[in-house]
Amino acid sequence: MDSFTPVASLIGGILIGIAGAGLLLFHGRIAGISGIAGGVIRAERGDVSWRIMFLAGLVATGMIGTLVAPDAYAFTIERSTSALIVAGALVGIGTQLGSGCTSGHGVCGIGRLSRRSFVATVAFMAAAAMTVFVVNHIVRGSV
Amino acid sequence: MKLKVGAFLGGALFGIGLALSGMTQPSKIVGFFDFGPAWDPSLAFVMLGALLVYAPLYRWVVRKLDRPLWAPQFSLPTRTDLDWRLLTGASLFGVGWGLGGYCPGPALTSIGAGSRQALLFGAAMVVSMALYRWVTRPRATRTEPNAVVDG
Repeated sequence: MDSFTPVASLIGGILIGIAGAGLLLFHGRIAGISGIAGGVIRAERGDVSWRIMFLAGLVATGMIGTLVAPDAYAFTIERSTSALIVAGALVGIGTQLGSGCTSGHGVCGIGRLSRRSFVATVAFMAAAAMTVFVVNHIVRGSV
Repeated sequence: MKLKVGAFLGGALFGIGLALSGMTQPSKIVGFFDFGPAWDPSLAFVMLGALLVYAPLYRWVVRKLDRPLWAPQFSLPTRTDLDWRLLTGASLFGVGWGLGGYCPGPALTSIGAGSRQALLFGAAMVVSMALYRWVTRPRATRTEPNAVVDG
């Protein structure tokens, strides 16, 4: 339990909620990262620049943030290169096939009371929990 | 111009929230999904904080406004049906999230932070997104810009 950070996580969550609400209020858009990124890849005319700028803001924050708080970006679990590539590929395909990720379904979708997003969030949470169980307790650690 | 600056600031604020909340630390993601004695429930507080703000503001915005402040119309998902794509996609995403410890936002902002692991994960993620979009691209007819996207 020593890594439990309820206050920082709650405040961070509130900032995520404000950013999502801002994108809705000003742009009329859902702040789903996989949807924003996927829309860049298969672009419609006039629908690209805001997506690229949103993603640029996300990346720029990491560039500056790691100077201020390097621990916030620390990768301290043991994963092989191939495990990371497989994981990234599953997230890429899964979020496009399932039309959303943690932000689009888990925050914005549930916030909109979308039935699809409730179901998707339960599904990806359950799948993540089962995967972590297998990694940590069946194969015991490094994959 | 303001659309672009606004989107940039939105992405930046989102990224600060991700870093502050712990979402950019894969150990905290794995710790949330490992219900052993060292269970780390922080992720639940991230969702709670985000929903406390987003859910009421969403209702307020879509009820009060006919259109967003800077755009001609809202681009919101309309589907309510549950299909195999949603369930399979969400499940595949969950496996990747549990395995790598990153979901898309934290992966992208951690690439900015110079994480080698995030770069490997993120490159595989972006390539597979592009591949999926290419394979499922519309052939003869153009799709509507806002169709079939939940988030």
